[in-house]
Parts: sequence; structure tokens; C-alpha cells
Amino acid sequence: MTSAPVREGPAAPTGPARRRTTRREHPARRGLPARWTRHASAWLWLAPALILFAVFKFVPMARAISMSFKEVRPYLGDRWVGLDNYRAVLGDDAFRAAAGHTVVLAIGETVGSIVVGLFLALLLEGTARHLWFVRTAVFLPTVTAMAVVASLWRIIYYPAPDGALNSVLGWVGLGPAQYLDSPHTSLLSVMAVGVWRGAPYDMMIFIAGLAGVDRSLYEAAAADGAGPLRRLWHVAFPAMRPVFAIVVTLAAIRGLRIFTEIFLLTNGGPNGSTEVVMTLVYKLGLERNELGIASAGSMLLLVATVVLTLLAQTMRRGRA
Amino acid sequence: MKQQLDTALGLGAVRGPIGRIIKIAMYALVVFVFAGPLLALLVSAFGRVTDPTKLSLIPHDLTLDNFRTAFDQGVLRYLANSLIVVGGGLLLQMAVSVSAAYALARKRFPGVRLVLFLILSTMMLPEEILAIPLSLVLADVPVIHVNLVGSLAGMIVPVGAWAFAILVMTEFMRDVPLELEEAARIDGAGDLRIFWSVILPVCRPALGVLGIFGFTMIWDQYILPLLVAQDSRQFTLALALRSLRADEQVGTGVLIASALLALLPSVVVFLALQRQFMRGLTSGAIKG
Repeated sequence: MTSAPVREGPAAPTGPARRRTTRREHPARRGLPARWTRHASAWLWLAPALILFAVFKFVPMARAISMSFKEVRPYLGDRWVGLDNYRAVLGDDAFRAAAGHTVVLAIGETVGSIVVGLFLALLLEGTARHLWFVRTAVFLPTVTAMAVVASLWRIIYYPAPDGALNSVLGWVGLGPAQYLDSPHTSLLSVMAVGVWRGAPYDMMIFIAGLAGVDRSLYEAAAADGAGPLRRLWHVAFPAMRPVFAIVVTLAAIRGLRIFTEIFLLTNGGPNGSTEVVMTLVYKLGLERNELGIASAGSMLLLVATVVLTLLAQTMRRGRA
Repeated sequence: MKQQLDTALGLGAVRGPIGRIIKIAMYALVVFVFAGPLLALLVSAFGRVTDPTKLSLIPHDLTLDNFRTAFDQGVLRYLANSLIVVGGGLLLQMAVSVSAAYALARKRFPGVRLVLFLILSTMMLPEEILAIPLSLVLADVPVIHVNLVGSLAGMIVPVGAWAFAILVMTEFMRDVPLELEEAARIDGAGDLRIFWSVILPVCRPALGVLGIFGFTMIWDQYILPLLVAQDSRQFTLALALRSLRADEQVGTGVLIASALLALLPSVVVFLALQRQFMRGLTSGAIKG
């Protein structure tokens, strides 16, 4: 694990160009019909994946786009309403508040996870056996299902003075808080759970990134009289730029579609203080059956995700 | 004495009693913060929990009552559902991934770039964003007009195709030497034989990566089961936690015991396949 450098993003589609030079055509299989069957067999191997993607990703996306321009009326037939759904969503104070909470949560969880994850990575970097043990223990929240995390933290956050977290805070003389039950602290409390679960994941990616930094650069910097902090700032961080880019992109995209945490921790409450776009869309679509307006909301979120992804891609390319 | 700098901060070189104590205190703190709550879940599940305020790290009053009551509430059935979904979903996902990866890594055909682009683009289409239309599609699957709502199949089939798994597998298969395949082809083996007895055995380490990531991803599923389950008979453990919580009668002990049951499989699988997990994390560096 420690020796593998982090590669940029998902598997880059460089295959065909690279293989063209290495692959030898089998003489007996040349000619049009042979090539045709070979192509057909490639599509056969791909068919299960493509069919599943079509049915469960692309068809739903197409329907979301089409519904977002319609008033969906079961049994009566849908009515084309143009941009009315989008106007309704954008003009809705609840949606704007939810969008605001989503952005705050996405930024807060991204930054929080990166700062805490970096701290953990620097503390726990190394090959010693006890470090491996601590890293494994710290990583466990990331593999825990969100439903478990949410159930656990609702108990930890129990707002009575003798609740679990309030007791711990009591040891160091901090007063009891209401956490999820007060509109003032609810968003922050949800964010803390996100950081608790996200930071160890970032830690592992940072550790992999740190492992790729040339050790002789540390020695050289030390020989020039640079202390640990300057070594970090001038040697380690610049080398880890691509790693930061990946972590930020992934965390931001994950943050925008946040649903399960909110649904299970607060379901948008108290008083709408933690309502995010996806919980609002879920309520509009599946509880109030406003399918058109809900679809318009989802589409806006999708557009935001796509824009963010493209932005991150161009930024990453620009730096490289 | 020359220090060896093998980490950014060089903490491994910190010596002396004070430095040691500070280091150990920091390790204890981070373990307490990140693993403490999960350990408390484990300990409390076997304790007598009367009210929702007590999570304990120290075992006392050991009992299995929480589990007994939980089983009376049908938690075993939810656990079985979860295991069926994760087992079926994982098998399907691995089969679909290796099959697609074989075409992407080993075949040349027009449109390969478009296919890769489409697969990558599904990473921007998570279940959350598609929830509303997905629920309609699940109720009436296009072309074959099957209703998947209310059946575990509705939680299994949609997780079958996962871009991350396909891309990791494709990357791995590209590195399998072509000579292996060509030797088999000269011996007269067809695609299927080559795939089954040449490519797959070589890819066993990658199957471990797919296994651990797929397990974690499917075990973590929430919105898909939420859209598919119609009543408690199809509940997975994750869904059941919410209704157990809402049920004042059953008490926090039962909730904690059920949460532990939902926690343990993922922790066990992670610990068993940790090496593969780290490899996937650092090579793909994605979890879409």
C-alpha cells in the first residue's frame, strides 16, 4: 500500500492507443467477416453492463429531464409546462434554504475532512506495526454503513446532560449542548458526523500520497536547515497537489448529493435547519407526489455536479 | 547521530520520555475519537441498556437480552435480507464487471471511447439524484415491464453495474500479458475458454479488490432499499434501524444490538481483505 503512488482519477481511457502497438493481428482472423464477429463478441461481453446502466442510470436520467418540463398527472396524461417547474423550485424559499444548507455542508465536510485527514495522515504516517494498528482502528468509521453511523451518533448526541457526548464534554468542563435538537447546532452536528466518517478516508489517500514523495528531498531540505514544518510546506505539499485535487473533487461531489445522513439524523429538522436539496426532493417527489417539481430540483443538482466535475477536471489538467 | 527522515514530519525519530508520552497520548486520542464510538456499540450491545443516554466503554451487567428481544422483533429476517442482497448483488456485480472489463481491456472495436465515456459519466448519476425517476423505473422496468418494487431483486439488480468496479478490473486486465492469451488462442481456445481459464485466474487479486469494495458499497446502500421495500418483510438491516428507533417499546438496547449486527459484517470483511482494500483505494482513488 505504501509504495503505490496515487494515480490521477479513475482509470484513464488510454487503452486502444496503447494496445494498437502491442497487439498482433492473428493472420487467419483478418478480413471483414472475422472483424465483424470480433466486434460483435466485444459488444456481447459488454452487454450486461450496458443494459444495466441503460435501465437504471440513463433511462431514469432521461425521464427526470422529461418530467422536469411537465406537470406529471397519473392517469390523466402529463402536461407540458415548459420552465414552470424550474421557476417554482428556484422561487421557493425552502428550496433556496436547502441549497444553502447543501453548499454549507459540502464545503464544511470537505474542508473538515481534509484538515482532520491531513492531521491524521501526518501523525500516523510510517511503517511501524503500532502505526498500522492505529490506522486500522481510525479507518473503521469509513467502512461502517451510514445507517449504523447515524443510529450510533443519534445516541451519542442524546441531548440530556448525561448523554454520551455531553458526559465526555463534562470531563473537560464544557456545558451540555442540544446538538441535533437545536436549530443553532444541528447543521454543525451533522457536519461533524460527516467529518468523522470522511476524514479517515482522506487520511488513507494522503498517506498514499506522502509515500510517493521522494525521501531524498526530505534529507536535502533537512541538510539546508529546514525544520519539519518548512519541509512539509515546501516539499511534501507541492508533491501532493494532484492528491489534494482528487480529494477535493470527490468530497465536493459526495457533499452535494448528501441524503442518507440527513434523512436518518434529523430528516431536515429541527425547523428545517438541516433540510438539504435531496431530502427536500425526496419529500416533494415521494411524499407529496410533485414529480415534476422534484425532478427539476434533481436536475439542478445534477447540473451543479457536472459543472463541478468539469471544473475540477480542467483545473487538474491546467496544473499538470 | 544522523536521523532517518522517512516521514514528512519525522515523528518516528522523536525520542525521549516526554516526546514518547505526547505521541502515545495523541494515538490514544485519535483511537478514542474514531474507534471509541464503535467499541462502545460493541460493549453496550451486551449490557443492560435501560435508557438512551448510556453508551458504555466498560462492560458491566453482561447479558444477551438485547439480542433476544431483537430476534423477537424479526431482526434475523432483516439480517438475512441484507445478506441475500449483498451476496446476490456482489456476485452479479463481479460477473458484470469482469465481463465488461474483458471487452474493454482485450478487444478492439469501434465505439470503445464512447463506452468508456458513458461508464465514467454514470459516476455523476448516483441513486440519490435519480431517486424519483428510479422509483418509477423500478415499478415498471422498461421493455420487460417487470415490477421490482417489493422484492429483494429490486435491491440486487441495480447495483450490478458499477463504474468503479468495471474500471478497476479493466485497468488490471490490461496488465495481463498478451502472450498468455495468444498461446491459448493458438491452441484453439475460444473467447470463453480464454476468459475462464487464462484471464480470470490471473485476475484473482483484482477480484479481491472488487469483493471488498463491492461489499462495502452494497452494505452501505440505503436509498435503493428505501425505494424498493414496501413493508417490513423486505427490510434490510439498514432500513430496520430507522423503524426500531422510532419504536419506543423496544428500547435502545435492541437498537444498539441491531446496529452491531449491521456493523460486524462490514468490519469483518474489511479486516479480512484489508490489503486489497488499500490497493483499490490508492489505485482507483475513487469511490463513486
